[in-house]
Amino acid sequence: VDYLERHILETLIYLPMLAGLVLVFVPREQLMLVRWIGIGTSLLLLAGSIFVFAAFDYGEGAEVFQMVRVYPWLEQVGTGAREALSAGAAPEDVGIAFRLGVDGIAAPMVLLTGIVSLAGAVVAANIEKENKNYYILLFLLIAGVYGTFVSTDLFFFFFFYELAIVPMYLLIGVWGSSSTFKTFARPKEYGALKLVLMIVAGSVLVWVVILAVFVEAGSTTFDILALGEAARAQENGAFSNLFQGVMFVLVMIGFGLLAGLWPFHTWSPDGHVAAPTSVSMLHAGVLMKLGAFGIIRVGMMVLPQGMQDLALVLFILGTINVIYGAVSALAQNDLKYVIGYSSVSHMGYVLMGIATMEAVGVTGATLQMFSHGIMTALLFTIVGGIYERTHTRDTLVLNGLASRMGWGASAFMIAALASIGLPGLSGFMAEVMVFIGAFRTEPVLGAIGVFGALITAVYMLRLVARAFFGERDSQWDNLKDLSPREFIASAVLIVPIFFVGIYPVPFLNVIGPGVDAILTGMGR
Amino acid sequence: MNTDFSLLIPEFILAGVGFFILAVDMLLPKSWEQRRNGVTASSAALGLAIVFVVALVREWNEVEVRFLYDQLIFVDRYSLLFKALFTATGFAVVLMSVDYVGRKMRHPGEYYSMIVFAVLGAVLMSESGELLTAFISVELLAFSLYVLVGLSRGDGRSAEASTKYILLGAISTGIMLYGISLLYGALGTTVFTEMRPGLGRGFDLTLTLGFVLFVSGLGFKLSMVPFHMWVPDVYEGAPTPITALIAVMSKAAAVALLLRFLAEAGLSSIDDWRMPIALLAAATMVVGSVTAMVQHNIKRLLAYSSIAQVGFVLIGVVTLSIDGANAVLLHLVGYAFTNLAAFAVVIAVESRTGKEEISDYAGLATRSPLMAMVMTGALFSLAGLPIFAGFVTKFFLFTAATAEGLLWLATIAVVSSVISLYYYLRIVREMYINEPSDNSPLTVPVLTKATLWLLFAGTVAVGVYPGPWVDAIDAATTALGPLV
Repeated sequence: VDYLERHILETLIYLPMLAGLVLVFVPREQLMLVRWIGIGTSLLLLAGSIFVFAAFDYGEGAEVFQMVRVYPWLEQVGTGAREALSAGAAPEDVGIAFRLGVDGIAAPMVLLTGIVSLAGAVVAANIEKENKNYYILLFLLIAGVYGTFVSTDLFFFFFFYELAIVPMYLLIGVWGSSSTFKTFARPKEYGALKLVLMIVAGSVLVWVVILAVFVEAGSTTFDILALGEAARAQENGAFSNLFQGVMFVLVMIGFGLLAGLWPFHTWSPDGHVAAPTSVSMLHAGVLMKLGAFGIIRVGMMVLPQGMQDLALVLFILGTINVIYGAVSALAQNDLKYVIGYSSVSHMGYVLMGIATMEAVGVTGATLQMFSHGIMTALLFTIVGGIYERTHTRDTLVLNGLASRMGWGASAFMIAALASIGLPGLSGFMAEVMVFIGAFRTEPVLGAIGVFGALITAVYMLRLVARAFFGERDSQWDNLKDLSPREFIASAVLIVPIFFVGIYPVPFLNVIGPGVDAILTGMGR
Repeated sequence: MNTDFSLLIPEFILAGVGFFILAVDMLLPKSWEQRRNGVTASSAALGLAIVFVVALVREWNEVEVRFLYDQLIFVDRYSLLFKALFTATGFAVVLMSVDYVGRKMRHPGEYYSMIVFAVLGAVLMSESGELLTAFISVELLAFSLYVLVGLSRGDGRSAEASTKYILLGAISTGIMLYGISLLYGALGTTVFTEMRPGLGRGFDLTLTLGFVLFVSGLGFKLSMVPFHMWVPDVYEGAPTPITALIAVMSKAAAVALLLRFLAEAGLSSIDDWRMPIALLAAATMVVGSVTAMVQHNIKRLLAYSSIAQVGFVLIGVVTLSIDGANAVLLHLVGYAFTNLAAFAVVIAVESRTGKEEISDYAGLATRSPLMAMVMTGALFSLAGLPIFAGFVTKFFLFTAATAEGLLWLATIAVVSSVISLYYYLRIVREMYINEPSDNSPLTVPVLTKATLWLLFAGTVAVGVYPGPWVDAIDAATTALGPLV
């Protein structure tokens, strides 16, 4: 166990890469082998993720960052590096090092990645065209996501962040689906290009921040914790308020873009709709969380003063996200667009929670990231299944599916109710905590946010009523219920929805100390 | 005065191999006509490989004498590193050429010997520590390339490209020579290290003009904006392996010379020229990235993208810090792998199908998954995405620039990388998403396959573990006089 605990984080990064590499050499005709490697690897990943979460020590006096590993990678970076090295600094403390560690915020994200990856890998076995290449790219994406969550070195944080984005273009462009509307078409290439270019454009801002922060701190290391120290230092190392403010704006837009921050969210619905099912699951479920996670890691930890000064802006934008996403979802007839916009809306709660800078609110935001990741993945699983069967996602055409797809309808209902925030399901706890935090800091915005939750109930219930209940059109008489693969994927996702809803204590225990440490670092 | 000729053994070998190939080509009996390509190619490859090994194994660890003939030629780790880079590049280009030459060219002897002479010129450029030696090396490289560019007989574009290249090259030579004469007139010396005190003295019209003209002449070889006009036509018209050679080796050699000149001679006047060159670097990046967007020919697109890459390299050059110099060298190494990988695919596609439009790459992923993968990796590397070399090397360049207070330049650079991503994705889209007009699989010879894998692996190796490369580069740049 000790050995495992020391090496688990890097294993979570290497294992999917290794699986991808192995798959390169598997002949593409060996479909069964490809799928078994895909699903087997993600089973191992889930086991590893559960281990990370379970082994995380939240007792009194436990370290903030745990399972820490530092490998020297490259020392000769930065002006002070050579002097520091000749002055006897350890190589891993100078320049770029491969630093790994999880805190109370990263641990649930790792677990989330494990769960969604398994569900996604199971669903991905439905792909007929070039299944092997699909898995290779999917695993590259998963490696990038794990890497971002567990890296505590700014260079590697960014390295993996970009790595997670790169495969999206091909995953959506090759395996995605185009949509045509009455007056215009949205080809899959459009969705793919828009998504990748917008997110990479956002990451440019992050890149500038990383360079500026590193040089401004006069640092010899890219360690996020050390940079945070430099930001807070009272002597001449401290970042000025203006510098922090400007940098925080860049962080907020750069990372916020991936989190679906209004008005930079437009890639999200188009991208999600064009993407194949398992990519939508991973993208809405996990990848969007990288954005919010980045705001916490870089915004709150490295630029505490900038965050404090501009929290209200983030708060307002987050609230707009909630309302704008919900209202847009209300106007959509396409199942995937409804869920795409509902993701924009739900990520708004996360941003609101972060912007409270208050223990309950930030904890709620983290829990919301987990909860939304699971339930949106479940929604996309079912919607993808429906689309494969009916070849339409139009809620005006789909109706009465529940009588033919009992299991599918039940799973969809559970996810929909969780997203509305029904007590007993995961969304409830998270949203309540975000609202408590919001009311304590900005009651007006909090009230607007609650109104957003109300709209969520309207469009979700209307969707369920239209698509699953009511009179069944005769063309849906021969629909089949969930296939075993879809059933397994749904079950993998439903379990944590109930678990968090009924017994959130382990999650709150783990998240709590992590949030406290960050807020203490911000001087709050 | 040090006249230890043994230090120049690798250069003697290169020159000997070049003449040997010409002789073999001439004396080869008629009955061996079929093997002419193979014999000349393997002699060139063998000669380059020997020099590579000699440079790395024999000399890397026992360099004590830093220069020959009163600093005419430097044999230090800096030039050794470039010697290794150039011979390796030449080796890779020879490997890529075998199939291409066998199908499309009639004079393998001249072709391979000129490649060897070009490598010799590039090596001497990185070694020269004095203006006239530098000039002669530049001309040796340039003349070899003039011949190589026009060697596709019967192809009008090749002849046109060669003519343009010679004419514009002659002008730039004149400019450079005039600059050298002005510098000599003002300073009374052509040796870099002896020029330093004179250059730092303050404004002097003769001196400034000489400096500007010399750098402009080099800027032409470097395809720095506004001296980049020849690049697209020459890239398009030249035999594709030669395009790769120009893109990788000729650029790197010019950078090697420029960096040594600026470090040894220009350091004292750094404040005067930093900003103008930084502005030119920004213009080079932007012009290269934006113009590439509207290209339909893959060789023209790579031409503009290589212009943009020169802009990135110049960022490191203007910092003139140890980190900046390291970043430049690392970028050149990563860029060599990346660009050679991209060109290896272009060459393989062209010699199989005879086509070089971007739309001809439609469906390459189904026709040849390996080539599509290598091309995608190379394009992502050029765009600066992980896990490929471009991400790490650009990160170093930008860090070095920011440390010298050039955050604005780094910002322009990252923005132009995003612009470039747009048109790289266009090629990826052709290869993976669009349907091919011709569905037959493209099979390539084992040699090409091995080359592709090797270059791809190199691109990834620099991208995920640059440590060993940087260690070697660090040793090279410390030989480079007192950097900032």
